[in-house]
Amino acid sequence: MDFSYTIYILIIPIFTFLFLGFFYNKIKPIVSGWIGVAALSVVAILSYYTAIQYFLHVPKVDGAFTTFYGFKYNWMNFTETLRIDMGVMIDPISVMMLVVVSTISLMVHIYSRGYMKGDRGYTRFFAFLSLFTFSMMGLVVATNLFQIYIFWELVGLSSFLLIGFYYEKPSAVAAAKKAFIVTRFADLGFLIGILLMGYYGGSYDFMTLNDINGVAISNWASHSFMGLSVITWALILMFMGGAGKSAMFPLHIWLPDAMEGPTPVSALIHAATMVVAGVYLVARMFPMFHFVENGYALHVVAWVGAISTLIAAIIALTQYDIKRVLAFSTMSQIGYMMLALGVSGYYEHEGVGYMASMWHLFTHAMFKALLFLAAGSVIHSVHSNFMQDMGGLHKYMKITSITFLIAALSISGFPFTAGFFSKDEILLAAFKHNKPIYFITLFVAGLTAFYMFRLYFSIFWGKKTEYEHTPHESPWSMTLPMLFLAFMSIASGYLPMTEWLTPDRVGFHGHVNWGMASIAVAVGLIGIIIAYVFYKKPTNYPERISKAFGRLYQWTFRKFYMDELYLFITKKIIFKRIAAPFAWFDRNVVDGTMNLIGNSTVRGSKLIKGLQSGKIQDYALAFVGGVFVLVLIVLYIW
Amino acid sequence: MIEGISIYEILTLSSILFFVGLYGFLTRKNLITMLMSIELILNSSVLNFVVINKYLYPNMLEGVFFAIFIIAVAAAETALAISIIINLYRLHTSVDISETETMKY
Amino acid sequence: MDILTLFVVVPVLTSIALLFTKELKQSRMVAMIGSALQLGMAINLIFAYFKERATNDAVMLFTRDVMWFEPFNIHYSIGVDGISILMIILTATIVLAGVFISWMVDDMPKEFFITLIILATGVYGFFISIDLFTMFVFYEIAVIPMYLLIGIWGSGPREYAAMKLTLMLMGASAVLLVGILGIYYHSNADGGALTFNILEISKVHIPIEAQKLFFPLVFIGFATIGALFPFHTWSPDGHASAPTAVSMLHAGVLMKLGGYGIFRVAMFLLPAGALHWTDLFIVLSVIGVVYGALSAIKQTDLKYINAYSSVSHLGMVIFALLMLNKTAWTGAFMQSLSHGFMTALFFALIGMIYGRTHTRDATKMGGLLKVIPFISLIYVIAGLASLGLPGMSGFVSEMNIFAGAFQHTDTFHRVMSILVVSAIVITAVYILRVVGMMLMGPLRDDSYNELPKATWYERTGIYLLMIPVVGMGILPLWLTNLINTDILPFIEKLI
Repeated sequence: MDFSYTIYILIIPIFTFLFLGFFYNKIKPIVSGWIGVAALSVVAILSYYTAIQYFLHVPKVDGAFTTFYGFKYNWMNFTETLRIDMGVMIDPISVMMLVVVSTISLMVHIYSRGYMKGDRGYTRFFAFLSLFTFSMMGLVVATNLFQIYIFWELVGLSSFLLIGFYYEKPSAVAAAKKAFIVTRFADLGFLIGILLMGYYGGSYDFMTLNDINGVAISNWASHSFMGLSVITWALILMFMGGAGKSAMFPLHIWLPDAMEGPTPVSALIHAATMVVAGVYLVARMFPMFHFVENGYALHVVAWVGAISTLIAAIIALTQYDIKRVLAFSTMSQIGYMMLALGVSGYYEHEGVGYMASMWHLFTHAMFKALLFLAAGSVIHSVHSNFMQDMGGLHKYMKITSITFLIAALSISGFPFTAGFFSKDEILLAAFKHNKPIYFITLFVAGLTAFYMFRLYFSIFWGKKTEYEHTPHESPWSMTLPMLFLAFMSIASGYLPMTEWLTPDRVGFHGHVNWGMASIAVAVGLIGIIIAYVFYKKPTNYPERISKAFGRLYQWTFRKFYMDELYLFITKKIIFKRIAAPFAWFDRNVVDGTMNLIGNSTVRGSKLIKGLQSGKIQDYALAFVGGVFVLVLIVLYIW
Repeated sequence: MIEGISIYEILTLSSILFFVGLYGFLTRKNLITMLMSIELILNSSVLNFVVINKYLYPNMLEGVFFAIFIIAVAAAETALAISIIINLYRLHTSVDISETETMKY
Repeated sequence: MDILTLFVVVPVLTSIALLFTKELKQSRMVAMIGSALQLGMAINLIFAYFKERATNDAVMLFTRDVMWFEPFNIHYSIGVDGISILMIILTATIVLAGVFISWMVDDMPKEFFITLIILATGVYGFFISIDLFTMFVFYEIAVIPMYLLIGIWGSGPREYAAMKLTLMLMGASAVLLVGILGIYYHSNADGGALTFNILEISKVHIPIEAQKLFFPLVFIGFATIGALFPFHTWSPDGHASAPTAVSMLHAGVLMKLGGYGIFRVAMFLLPAGALHWTDLFIVLSVIGVVYGALSAIKQTDLKYINAYSSVSHLGMVIFALLMLNKTAWTGAFMQSLSHGFMTALFFALIGMIYGRTHTRDATKMGGLLKVIPFISLIYVIAGLASLGLPGMSGFVSEMNIFAGAFQHTDTFHRVMSILVVSAIVITAVYILRVVGMMLMGPLRDDSYNELPKATWYERTGIYLLMIPVVGMGILPLWLTNLINTDILPFIEKLI
């Protein structure tokens, strides 16, 4: 099968970016918007075509999907064996990601034409979106660790640029900086992991590393450090990078702030695509995670995911900024995906966690992007991010309200929505492998339903708010993508993912486990009902509850003081206690030493230049004195 | 050889002469007096030459030659020194030694 | 006239021609033509090199040897390999860009350009020499004009900075000279005459004890100009006071002489000494990397930030050289080139920003992205290159260094490598801090709305430096291959 056309999936967006960038001043905004949409449509069509070809038409080998290279180019060599290629790798998860990224990106492009209308940086926005799409596509089709790292950094850059899109707003600049630096810090771990992996695993290439009979996996025990295999360390460090990008606890602090960016950006980058890169990375390296040291690193992944999902869900309960609620919800859902990977096995049915994770990634991308787009639609008409300023919007914005409801139902795991199917598989996998994590997952399912409907009811129902301008439904360019995503939020549950996305690539016949599902649905319904009681009509229950929790509520509301902790570490410790002393040390001690040498030379010369008095008598005296001393020496000591 | 006077007395005299000259050279501020002090030093050495020659090697004349030689050189040197001093005087209208330090450092 | 000697002759002729110019317009034209000619020659040289390399696998190509001072067997002996050619291209590009950036220098333009071009002569001479003594002479020729350029055309405490810079570099070259003489007097260890020729000395087995003794001298002599901690303090003050073009040339080219000299002289001629002393110097270079970056965080003056960033980046070059393997060495030269272009670009931009806002204090500016978009955008790109963003030269070179460093398995090297890698985070902090403060955010001063846009000569200078930065980042393969092949004879000495 020839997949060489897939290179255009990368070329078109980067070319669009360069075109829009170079002719920034020359093209009219309307044109640049259409260029972006047109380019992305082509990319999406190519991606869909690839997916259809790959999943339906390409013959399997031994019942398993094979890997294709659409393109491969030797980019740089470290040594004869450590090569870095740039390429396009076609395998089940990369194809799935191509579809996700191109779909969401296309929808966001269309949506932005309406949302960003009249903005000064309209063309710039579309250029950055193209840059992001290029980087993300490059990331998902990466053939080796270094390529993934390269595009990993580039998505970080696009994220920086887009969060800081309103660069005149100090809070946006601060958020962009924070996002970049926090993820950069995580990437430090990633990079060290890659370098270790390259040295001990002997290659950066995914095919070589993930070969379950290959050197990297079978020789994991050959080097160890502090009781763990070096390869395990490398995997954990790489996961650190993934955790940073995917906003896992404790590296999640940048994600809520990243909501300073325009809402379409939040939908595209910080909900659907970039933030799942960490999940994708773990999935990409799954054979290594699973086989090296009996999955030690995978346990770490599972628990980090579980803790993140719980913490994020709890924080989401108390936030008032709707985008932040959604951000924490994203973090929580990504935690789901992580823990699903963490509890997954490898062969056939064992691989249900992996499959569930990828499936949830897919469905989550659809409904979370929709939630953000709907939230953007609301913000667009209300001009506020805060729940307190909203209420009763259902009668003004019917489409937004309904699509939001569909997405909320889907994320809560309401039966026959997409979220229901994928979440069910996650619960199943957790139940089979790790009971504590299962209960966390179940509890979080309830919390998710509750905070999602808290959001829904307080925005679209609840108190009647007086608005300065009567809110109105958004234009078609915005509602159309929302409708499409609403459709996907249900339809994507019916794709035969169990056959497509398993770790051994053989696939199995999945079916809904009704026992598991009914418990989860019951928990979700309880959450929805509580939210209904609390928020459908204005009540004082929420205040009473929050008062009852007191200190605990305060902690949650302040996001467990993680921001303050980081601020303390960076400002107080790194800036004040490390960097400032270093700067001082340099100016005063190191430089001081050099100045001391200079000054003492000058001073020394001042000291002894008095001897050169120019008076002949002084010299004569010294001469005579010297002779005298010499005479004494010769006479008495010699 | 002078009766009743040993070499020691004469050498003592020349030593005194030398140290008087040295003292004068080190302490005087006036260039002329310094020059005179130098003459005293020279004279003490001339005296030493003559006396040592006379007392230790009465059959030889080198010491005396040297004495004459030194006197001649001293005369030349004095002439030179005086001319320098006169030039200095023209420059500074003074023959004070402290005025001649302008070239230091 | 052979192809290499032209690199000394053309600048000299340019300076002589400059003597006859009368005003700014003429002198800048002459300087521009002269340096453009040099760049053309440099580019021609690399093609000639490829042609020659295909058939000739000697260590040095285009060699030529003229007796200069017979009693000490000093020759004017020249020759190049791929690495020196890359350095020459770097120099030529930066000199030309520097001329464009100094397009409007109003104070004694003729003298300014003459000194600048004499400096370049020294640098070219240094890179083409394969005789230790001529190399040393050219090195001194490069250092002295710096004193004049900073002392006369500088700003701020320029006398102090110029004096400090020159004295420290002179002190270092005194140490270096001792080392070179040490090598010279052991160059007959296997019999034969004493010689200064690098290629001949490299065949001699200098006694181990002598190597151990002279390696640190040569190393520190060169490392001082390479801004190795703790011998780096001349660089922040020197850069801060120097006029724009001089900062560019200095940080971009002159500081590269250090790494180049260590590689060409210290490690090549004294391999046993190198093996004996690496650990100590690795510690120093790692301190330099981390410490330069941390110091940069606290600075507010743009030039100081960049100067400390240079300390950090060049610490990485020395660190890479001390890793003693091919990958890291490739990285070291990539980093030299990359840092050369990038930092020159930075200083050029800082000069432009300073020329407009009349301040270099990042805390006093804000929102420049809105008023001077082109300059600000390039500043962001340069910043991204500096923090090692993929697609820029910095990434490629740093990755080579890191990959090379990780080939050592012992704990000491591991810890040091991890410390060096951690600098990429600190770099991100100080770059983004400045970008956030100076370029983004609300406009601090309404008068900034009137700031003039970038002129054509500024743009030309920027593009000259920008193209290599991006080019190296996107297509690094031919460059790494070039360096790789020419490193071989040098690395083989060590293994």
